[in-house]
Amino acid sequence: MYTKDGESYFIVDSHVHAWDGSLTNQANRYGKGFIECFYDYHRNLSPEGWVWPLEKFEKYGEETLVRDLFDEGYVDKGIFQPTYLSDFYVNGFNTTEQNGAVAEKYPDKFIVNGAWDPRNGETGLKNLEMLAQRWNLKGVKLYTAEWKGISRGWKLTDPWAYRYLEKCEELGIVNIHVHKGPTIYPLNRDAFDVHDVDEAATMFPGLRFIVEHCGLPRLEDFCWIATQEPNVYGGLAVAMPFIHTRPRYFAQVIGELLYWLDENRLTFASDYAIWHPRWLIEKFVDFQIPEDMQAEYGALTTEIKKKILGLNAARLYDLDVPREAQVQPEPADSGEAVGSAPVVSA
Amino acid sequence: MTTGTASVTAAVWSALGRVRDPELDEPITDLGFVHELVVDEPEVRARLRLPTYFCAPNFAYLMVADAVDAIRAVPGVERADVRLEDHFAAEEINAGVAAGAGFPDSFPGEAVNELDELRRTFRRKAHTAALERACRVLLAGGSRVEELAELTLRDVPASPEKDSLLRRRRELGLPVAPESPLFVDDDGVRVPVDQLALRLRFAQAVRVSIDGNASFCRGLLRTRYGEEGTG
Repeated sequence: MYTKDGESYFIVDSHVHAWDGSLTNQANRYGKGFIECFYDYHRNLSPEGWVWPLEKFEKYGEETLVRDLFDEGYVDKGIFQPTYLSDFYVNGFNTTEQNGAVAEKYPDKFIVNGAWDPRNGETGLKNLEMLAQRWNLKGVKLYTAEWKGISRGWKLTDPWAYRYLEKCEELGIVNIHVHKGPTIYPLNRDAFDVHDVDEAATMFPGLRFIVEHCGLPRLEDFCWIATQEPNVYGGLAVAMPFIHTRPRYFAQVIGELLYWLDENRLTFASDYAIWHPRWLIEKFVDFQIPEDMQAEYGALTTEIKKKILGLNAARLYDLDVPREAQVQPEPADSGEAVGSAPVVSA
Repeated sequence: MTTGTASVTAAVWSALGRVRDPELDEPITDLGFVHELVVDEPEVRARLRLPTYFCAPNFAYLMVADAVDAIRAVPGVERADVRLEDHFAAEEINAGVAAGAGFPDSFPGEAVNELDELRRTFRRKAHTAALERACRVLLAGGSRVEELAELTLRDVPASPEKDSLLRRRRELGLPVAPESPLFVDDDGVRVPVDQLALRLRFAQAVRVSIDGNASFCRGLLRTRYGEEGTG
């Protein structure tokens, strides 16, 4: 819980990792390149004093993770989003089981999400069932740019992906976190394209598709889809840290998202350990859309901030929110979405 | 770093300045992607580098291939040795471009088509963003949103925004005559007044997105290579 000026904010960090990107776990140059790319994100957008040495960043361990999130970072609940990268890392970058092992030591602190890959066919479907049972999955994280042998990724509209989405419905895994990356088959297509989310969201209205880093670098395509699909959400990992280095750009991104979606479909995330939740949360609660941009984007209210920082994710994952951090339920539409925009009520 | 005959070097640099990052819609020279340029007539050697190891390989390929074409077109140049550095697919891209293999043959089994459609998609985005910037000029000058539907290119005051819009219309094969409608879609069809506000709002999202990505990429390049590496 974060408290400021008499207001309490229930914090759900919707995207955290306990990864191992260390040299001994790197399977090849791709594993090295991947963690170094993350490290540049970390160095580029973190404020002074929050930048780690590379060695710590590669493998920070469970104690650091728990201290940073829950003791120093105000986080009430962290959602583990696994990223397997089995072709890049000997033991995987962070798998469901590895995350789960940490989560079990700290009851009530974490939510363990699973993952699947449609290229694993029937075997993968069976594994998903076991994973769901073992970890009581309410969500999965899908990384469409994951390499697998000669394959350079997949799309949500692949026939086997639909089989897995059907399985998710069957198993009660309702939160589908989608993460786009730089490669996909075929390579001549735009790998960051989010249009496959559009089709999948229409086909599976009972599932929620949380697009990680709100579609960046294809913010506009994400907005266009989300305004038409009520079950599409924006995860703010990667967008958040711009609040420090480029607050005006951050204001534009948040402004666009609030315009095209509504305040009930955006979820806070640090993408820990790329960024530390403490400074993100402090800055976000203090943040306001610059005055000269308010005619275009409006202003951020305390209520909007509470929803983004935790209440929206709490709703997706059925979490109990302490009374002092709740906001009054709204009788009607909450956002100013446009076009054919369906508005999701609080 | 540049060497060689001043005039040829300047011509090569200027040619590279017309090579744009297809996604960010800015010259690779401005973005700092040209890290080394050695002119040793009749040969030119250039080294490109990008903000991350995992920048999308298709865009990377286009920039390397476009750089080769641009350099070769400079009078006095016979050979262009252009290489991408520090990128996961550098080997395939460099070999493919050097052999003139085309994109699918540079990534056998991983790509099925050339990159024309991808390039076109991003030219459309660039046009949309340029249109929005030009409309902002008009709105700042007192035009109302619904009036934009009736305006022609002639109505846009001379400005960098207008130049930029005209250039992108040319790239897409859209009309650039002064009497051509201003607010057109990707195919050059005038957008009806009842759809205009929404289209303009979407164009704004496109502009915010492209500007934001370009700025992030510049920052990452600086982080990766330090200030000296940014052109």
